[in-house]
Amino acid sequence: MVGDSLFNVILSGTGETLLMVLLSTALGYFIGLPMGILLTVSDSSGIAPNAFLYKILDGVVNITRSIPFLILLILIQPITKLIVGKSYGTVSTVVPLTVAAAPLIARMVESSLKEVDKGVIEAAISMGAGKLLIVNKVLIPEAKISLLIGVTISLGTILGYSAMAGVVGGGGLGDIAIRYGYYRYETKVMLITVFVLVLLMQVLQYIGNYLSKRYDRRKA
Amino acid sequence: MSFIEVEHVSKEYISEGKSFPALKDISISIEKGEIFGVIGLSGAGKSTFVRCLNYLEKPTSGVVRIDGTDLSELKEAQLREKRQKIGMIFQHFNLLMQRNVLDNVAFSLEVSGMKKKEARKKALELLKKVGLEDKKKAYPAQLSGGQKQRVAIARALATEPEIILCDEATSALDPETTRRILEILKDINKEYGITIVVITHAMSVVEEICDRVAVLDSGELKEMGYVSRVFKNPHSKAAKRLIYDSERSVG
Ligand SMILES: Nc1ncnc2c1ncn2[C@@H]1O[C@H](COP(=O)(O)OP(=O)(O)OP(=O)(O)O)[C@@H](O)[C@H]1O
Ligand SMILES: [Mg+2]
Repeated sequence: MVGDSLFNVILSGTGETLLMVLLSTALGYFIGLPMGILLTVSDSSGIAPNAFLYKILDGVVNITRSIPFLILLILIQPITKLIVGKSYGTVSTVVPLTVAAAPLIARMVESSLKEVDKGVIEAAISMGAGKLLIVNKVLIPEAKISLLIGVTISLGTILGYSAMAGVVGGGGLGDIAIRYGYYRYETKVMLITVFVLVLLMQVLQYIGNYLSKRYDRRKA
Repeated sequence: MSFIEVEHVSKEYISEGKSFPALKDISISIEKGEIFGVIGLSGAGKSTFVRCLNYLEKPTSGVVRIDGTDLSELKEAQLREKRQKIGMIFQHFNLLMQRNVLDNVAFSLEVSGMKKKEARKKALELLKKVGLEDKKKAYPAQLSGGQKQRVAIARALATEPEIILCDEATSALDPETTRRILEILKDINKEYGITIVVITHAMSVVEEICDRVAVLDSGELKEMGYVSRVFKNPHSKAAKRLIYDSERSVG
């Protein structure tokens, strides 16, 4: 493997990885964001305390979070097959990645929203704000920097998981690293994929940091 | 019938299975257009009392009537509507840190259902009123304490409330800034006839702007009357202690 074809393999692997990571993080937020909001408002100190709902969500999140990703990947293979039609490849990997991302995101959203000053929430209630308005116009906007940092962390974590999925033929850079580097002893390819993964992580981190500095109004 | 009627209100907090009486059988009537002070030491129940007036805290027993309406009889949506007519300002200002000054003032209007554009237009008028027009683009983190409280006052005024509740609104400010904030409160009381309830532990604040004052101690109403009378001739131990201590600390 030299020159052009190697470049192409890495390029398409990077594309696959980005697709998997972005898609499953987006889907993860689709599920995890509402969960995180519900965890925040239903907690005993929240704006709509509901011990029953909180316990259930908390339990679901704890259980899914405590399963190691590789185990989860194998465990839900039947479900993946049911949804996608097969249990290997880029698109299939999105399913376990989403399942892993959602509870992680829910927890991060919860902790971001709980950082919002109680006094500000109380001020909104005193003005006659309803619960939905408080979520939309107080909790989320006030927590936006912390939420943004959460997005960066989620993307990074999911990027790591996506590489792990390579072990079971999950597509993307991890897949390439395993196939070329591990099975065919092409150390160079492995090193290049690792380099690209590190690069992606750095870029993510950089963008995240830039945006959170740029839009944080809490400092004079 | 008074504008604000508090009848036999008690409030018990339950924490760790034990109940703690924060207010004990309080009855107070506040007239329309009055500036009414509530004074007491830390833990006396002042915040609990003022929070019962807009039902941020629901009394354990007793009745709170605002302009004839018993708050306990309101449905959730009706209570929210009522709250729009009761502004509140706080010791720590409680501004939205990620919104600029103009949008902070517009926030209370958005809560009342006004469109953002219209809300901003009205918010600007109110910023002029509190003398912060030039700071409209600034964020709260860039303001002094006194400026933040002026923003909070503008925000409370925006919805044209009939009542403004102040919970230690000047406690985080220096004496000079305190005087300016009290001046503004006095002005809006005169100009719009807004009823103002002032919670404080500082006698000087009561002296400066209140018509009448209630003295709370350990959740009990110890004394109530015109400020001049209470200061000259306090009957209760609690009032005597507050007045005597404040004179000593000044002298
Ligand atoms: N949510 C709560 N749960 C349990 N106890 C409470 C709660 N809120 C207040 N208390 C207690 O009720 C009493 C009155 O509290 P409150 O905040 O009304 O006092 P305060 O007069 O406003 O005091 P400060 O001057 O310190 O603000 C205090 O002993 C306080 O510990
Ligand atoms: Mg208090």
